[in-house]
Amino acid sequence: MAHTSNYILGVYEDEDVLLKAIKNVREGGVKIHEVYSPFPVHGIEDVLGYKRSRLSIVAFMFGLLGTSLALTMQFGMMTIDWPMIIGGKDYAPLPSFIPVTFELTVLLASFGMVGTFMIISNLKPWGKAKIFDKRITDDKHIVAIDLESNKLEESAIDKLLKDNGASEVNKKTL
Amino acid sequence: MIAESAIREPLVTGGKTVHDVTEDISGRVEEKPAKSWLLAMAISLALLAVGGYAVGRLVWDGIGMWGLNKTVGWAWDITNFVWWVGIGHAGTLISAILLLFRQRWRMSINRAAEAMTIFAVICAAMFPVLHMGRPWLGFYWALPLPNTFGSLWVNFNSPLLWDVFAISTYFSVSLVFWYIGLIPDFATIRDRATNKISAAVYGTLSFGWDGAAKTWSRYETVALVLAGLATPLVLSVHTIVSFDFATSVIPGWHTTIFPPYFVAGAIFSGFAMVLTLLIITRRVYKLEDYITIQHIELMNIVIIITGSIVGIAYITEFFIAWYSGVEAEQYAFINRATGPYWWAYASMMTCNVISPQLFWSKKIRTNIAATFVISIIVNIGMWFERFVIIVTSLHRDYIPSSWAMFYPKWADVGVYLFTFGLFFTLFFAFAKFFPVINMAEVKSIIKATGEKKKA
Repeated sequence: MAHTSNYILGVYEDEDVLLKAIKNVREGGVKIHEVYSPFPVHGIEDVLGYKRSRLSIVAFMFGLLGTSLALTMQFGMMTIDWPMIIGGKDYAPLPSFIPVTFELTVLLASFGMVGTFMIISNLKPWGKAKIFDKRITDDKHIVAIDLESNKLEESAIDKLLKDNGASEVNKKTL
Repeated sequence: MIAESAIREPLVTGGKTVHDVTEDISGRVEEKPAKSWLLAMAISLALLAVGGYAVGRLVWDGIGMWGLNKTVGWAWDITNFVWWVGIGHAGTLISAILLLFRQRWRMSINRAAEAMTIFAVICAAMFPVLHMGRPWLGFYWALPLPNTFGSLWVNFNSPLLWDVFAISTYFSVSLVFWYIGLIPDFATIRDRATNKISAAVYGTLSFGWDGAAKTWSRYETVALVLAGLATPLVLSVHTIVSFDFATSVIPGWHTTIFPPYFVAGAIFSGFAMVLTLLIITRRVYKLEDYITIQHIELMNIVIIITGSIVGIAYITEFFIAWYSGVEAEQYAFINRATGPYWWAYASMMTCNVISPQLFWSKKIRTNIAATFVISIIVNIGMWFERFVIIVTSLHRDYIPSSWAMFYPKWADVGVYLFTFGLFFTLFFAFAKFFPVINMAEVKSIIKATGEKKKA
């Protein structure tokens, strides 16, 4: 954690100005470290060039796991380990197994996806957020630019942010 | 950018800015508890203590403390269970189904409704657990765990076991859904914290949320997929609860109409409870700009629709009983309406079928006092519905010599009061220490639907 970088932070008030600014700043050849917002901004993934999250595939996979575990468990217990005739049904009453199979599918899909989300986004109870500006959880959007990974001069980046509607431009070392 | 039709009513009134949202909602968490809150909390805790005594005695002396008898083996316990589970349907319905349908008015009410859902499910779970008599052995009876009986497994043919899986899945998925939504708002409170304790507590609760665009993008995917998973889940839960009755062979229970009828009834009572609680919360916390008359009206429309579905279900049941030609079935229904429990049936019909129809009048459905009263009447009616289905179907047993009546004992009432104490203690604690409105979501619609844009 010893590594620190110098960041330029462009502060934006309005989400539509922000989207335009991100687009223009990137076209101006500046690499953006990350954008921080108090709420999800629609269309921000497109202007930042982020790919669609694959978490829905993760959910599907965990769901499949839930379905197979549920069916294995029920057939294993009711058909193989201790077969019994209950209510005149046969030893492998698939219709009776559907509710529990459905519930376990939903349970595993949800928990698997949320768990994966927590891990990849580094969300944990003892997690310490890297906060560039405390106002990003209130009403400001921050465009953070890492100076090291950019060839442009600091003043040029500064100007590019301001020309695109930044209300302030700050510096921070983290 | 969010496009919004100019003729739509603004969802947030009062010309609120994004910063105002933070102030209005976080401010409630940060301020000292009001006297009215302390009083309300004290009453709930007192109720919890009185009810706790009843629960203690029930566990100590056994469920003979309840008024159940040989004929009526299920009464208040299961009535209350189904009632609470039904109430617990609105939250996830609002946050999941209305999210899939892109209904933005859900954003001001989903947080409180989901909290209510979770607390209601906890209250519901008390009844089957206590009905076990020895709840500490419940794990072995209800879960497929290896045991000392040579691994005699739980019976997967039983709807009671399906219920265990349905309720626990519903509870945990709703809890996760609710918590994911809370994380960004906890981060807001963390970043505003002025003392060490709240910085530490909300810091832990916010899981190190940093508001990065990448995280938000994933967050939205997670919310959407969870909504997609929770939608069939919420419909499945009351369906499975209705299987407890519908798969049996008791006249009055053995009906294929039960699943949709129970689900509609659950949404009906859930929305009524959301209204009861939000009308108070909105008044006490001065949230009139966030939970507007429009929100109340929309919820009332849901109540008319589901109330009418429930009404049609009651009539259909009667018709089918007659049309089936099965004498036992016909008797069960005639007995419901005209037998010794006619008053319960009449209360159910009045409260559930007639009272919501008043909402056809725009004057009534936009009137807060009227909405508050009807929302309570609806929940009284829904309690009677479950009582009618359960007790009146059971009390006329197969042999007339076993016919009986059910009279509640003090322990029945006590345990019911306990769940009220538990529910309100949890809800008031939530209202004080958690942000009652989803700040991040409301902020995202301020620009598109705020009054400034409209003006």
